[in-house]
Amino acid sequence: MRYRSLILALTSVALGGCSEGILDPKGPIASAERLILFNSLGIMLAIVIPTILATLAVAFWFRSSNWRASYQPDFTYSGRLELLVWSIPAMTVLLVGGVAWVGAHDLDGRKPIDSTATPITVQVVSLDWKWLFIYPEQGIASVNHLTVPVGTPISFELTSSTVMNSFFVPQLAGQIYTMSGMVTRLQLQADHPGTYPGLSAMFSGDGFSDMRFTVDAVSNDKFAQWVNQAREAGPVLDARSYEDLAKPSKAIAPFTYRAVAADFFSSVVNTASMTDDQSQLFCSTSQRAE
Amino acid sequence: MNLLGKLDWSAIPLHEPIIMSATVFMVLIVAVVLGFITMKGAWLYLWREWITSVDHKRIGVMYIILALVMMLRGFSDAIMMRAQQAVAAGGAQGYLPPEHFDQIFSAHGTIMIFFMGMPFVVGLMNFAVPLQLGIRDVAFPTLNSVSFWLTASGALLINISLAVGEFSKAGWTGYAPLSELQFSPGVGVDYYLWSLQISGLGTLLAGVNFVTTILKMRAPGMGYMRMPVFCWTSLATNLLIVAAFPILTAALAMLLLDRYLGFHFFTLDGQGNQMLYVNLFWVWGHPEVYILILPLFGVFSEVIATFSGKPLFGYRSMVAATMAICVLSFLVWLHHFFTMGASAGVNGFFGVMTMIIAVPTGVKVFNWLFTMYGGRVRFSVPVLWAIGFMVTFVIGGMTGVLMAVPPADFQLHNSVFLIAHFHNVIIGGVVFGAMAGYNYWFPKAFGFKLDERWGRASFWCWFIGFYLAFMPLYLLGLMGMTRRMQHYDDLTWQPWLLIAMVGTVVILVGIVFQIVQLVVSIRARDRLRVTGDPWNARTLEWATTSPPPAWNFAVQPEVAGIDAFWSSKQRAHAKQNTPAPTRKYEPIEMPKNSATGFVTAFFAVVIGFALIWHIWWMAAVGVFGAFVTLLAFAFRRHSEFEVPAEQIARFERAHQAGVAA
Repeated sequence: MRYRSLILALTSVALGGCSEGILDPKGPIASAERLILFNSLGIMLAIVIPTILATLAVAFWFRSSNWRASYQPDFTYSGRLELLVWSIPAMTVLLVGGVAWVGAHDLDGRKPIDSTATPITVQVVSLDWKWLFIYPEQGIASVNHLTVPVGTPISFELTSSTVMNSFFVPQLAGQIYTMSGMVTRLQLQADHPGTYPGLSAMFSGDGFSDMRFTVDAVSNDKFAQWVNQAREAGPVLDARSYEDLAKPSKAIAPFTYRAVAADFFSSVVNTASMTDDQSQLFCSTSQRAE
Repeated sequence: MNLLGKLDWSAIPLHEPIIMSATVFMVLIVAVVLGFITMKGAWLYLWREWITSVDHKRIGVMYIILALVMMLRGFSDAIMMRAQQAVAAGGAQGYLPPEHFDQIFSAHGTIMIFFMGMPFVVGLMNFAVPLQLGIRDVAFPTLNSVSFWLTASGALLINISLAVGEFSKAGWTGYAPLSELQFSPGVGVDYYLWSLQISGLGTLLAGVNFVTTILKMRAPGMGYMRMPVFCWTSLATNLLIVAAFPILTAALAMLLLDRYLGFHFFTLDGQGNQMLYVNLFWVWGHPEVYILILPLFGVFSEVIATFSGKPLFGYRSMVAATMAICVLSFLVWLHHFFTMGASAGVNGFFGVMTMIIAVPTGVKVFNWLFTMYGGRVRFSVPVLWAIGFMVTFVIGGMTGVLMAVPPADFQLHNSVFLIAHFHNVIIGGVVFGAMAGYNYWFPKAFGFKLDERWGRASFWCWFIGFYLAFMPLYLLGLMGMTRRMQHYDDLTWQPWLLIAMVGTVVILVGIVFQIVQLVVSIRARDRLRVTGDPWNARTLEWATTSPPPAWNFAVQPEVAGIDAFWSSKQRAHAKQNTPAPTRKYEPIEMPKNSATGFVTAFFAVVIGFALIWHIWWMAAVGVFGAFVTLLAFAFRRHSEFEVPAEQIARFERAHQAGVAA
């Protein structure tokens, strides 16, 4: 078994892509991020590999036992070389810096994905140690499981009921922190049907390793079907059932809520920062992270 | 009211076999060492010559011993983590439960940064900077001893946490609100906070001491542009310490106020702001990275120049690059949390700044390359470490710049790719540099070289072990594995984690070889004995005997250019036939030994331990004791003594053969 997985991993790497992870993106955001990763890597390898080879070659050629190498103890300054030495890294950084600046703007988590399809909003709450996904437009919610329609942009609003976590679906989009009393934003879209792993990337305590969820990317029909199914069974998400959910627990099996109380997400965001200070009602905490 | 605060028998984890055996092992080692000292009757010697010593060389050596001992501790954490991740795949839970695993990675990071990296770097600076500057001691010798012993106090507290209570489970960064009372009610975070506060104070005092020393106490003729590059990088590091450590102290103090007095700086409720902690931590944390690496850039500069038989290429560029890094290091901290939701403009700015700091670093690599160019490179152990560093560090630098691209970081942040990156720069840079410095200056400190063969073997184990242990982590990061996982489902990760485990074992062999190297060298010290200048070196520390006398230089050196010792050797060589002028020695004023450092540190441990366990009366006793110690120091009448000229002359005659020049 162990050997088989070793061979599997080796071949998947040899073929230039892993079975999952950020090298095998399944959506526009993750693809764009991978492209930026490769571009930056390529630019830098163009200078790093020659530098490594030159280091080894120079050290080897000028070894003290090599009498063919010329000894130049006074070679300690050269204006031209200094210029070269400063400009090589500067040029590289100029290129990669451009990639960084443009990329930071293009792939900002607030920027909606260009698409003709109407985006779906999903509100995410990280709890000890599970994920709650609220679909406000559909009026349902699910735990440790996210179902999204293929080809539709998903717009996330994220917060935490507890410590900091990081919402991360490597094959669909880079991560974003979830923080109590604040709302962060993330966009993603799945282009291919499939099941993708999701997880918390930010250590959050004893149950952290089990803080995983799956993302099912399905066709529009199947998504509608799933929503209808979810509406038919399961508990209602309101203050009381949320209190139960918020109790620390590890590795709980996914389930759905058939209905969600009105404005539930904003109440989670707002109560977090007001548990002992009612005077802050007027401060729109949900804007703080934005 | 309990007289011992929160402390009772349940604090000792008797039901945890792994922790208890580690504790027993630790206690056994301490007992053996103490027994050995008692058997040899060396207590008085230790007290007089080491514990109360204010000699910068001895303090430097003690710093490095502390670093090496703590490296063993931190490394055992590392190997436990690797073993856990090698087995805990696909439903298996491994042998470490989460609450123990979390303590281990928290302790590993804290120990390696604060009690391995920092003491090693400060130790090398302590040993070499005054010698290179051609002076007899640092600006404030007793303060130097206080700094060291406070650092040792912090290390002691962390080790006590193994046996009494627990250590933090919130990671070495101690992010709030996880580190707040609500989520970490135990004493673990308090151990973390107080040991960092105490050792941080020591580090800050060391920073003040060295900035003063380098700015005010150089040998006559040594202008700034004649200082060895190691002194320049040390100056930059100590400026960073002075500017950055108070921020850490303040951030941790706020967390302490939250935890002890119910403040709301970073709590979830009461309008606390967790982002503030993260920002403050990294405003210190990023300069800290350069605090660690800059002195080792200096070490590499010295080593490469010396063993190439050439002056450093582009000295002015090196100085400019060092100071540029020093300033820029305060403008990049946000790259530690691009994923916290800052605007694209903010992320873009810090991404670009982070890359700009790579420019001076790149310049340094090229300058080392051109230093070797046209040289006669002798492949001694320090050079192996230096070349190993150059090759490894550019890879680490590259992955660092890669993660400075915000969209790439969205994918790589908090993954084991990040772990691979910073181990690549910290092992490939700091550890390799520390080992280069250790092998380079050891003969100066003790008068005999370290064994070359074992040194080489150790280097190759570290070098190969590093690649085996961390290249798989780069790959796993790309496969989507995040850091700090106690177990995972994906079986395709396991083979790579097994390779990483093997790499860690290879590094372990490297560490064992290092210990063997030390033992073998001590036993063969008569064969390995050296003169003042075993490497045909360039800077002033090699102008005196090995080991140097307490007063460093019998006659105050006068400096006429860069590489002061090299040029004096050239001059001496030119007028070989003229007889050396008879030297006239003068009495030297030297600082007296002082127990202030040790006693202060003792009370610091008492205060720290008392506050961790809420034993308020004991904390009061500690504060009172520390204050009385300070008073006693402030009111002492004689702080210096005179070394008579005859004693110096006698020493010089005895070592005449040993001193070149």
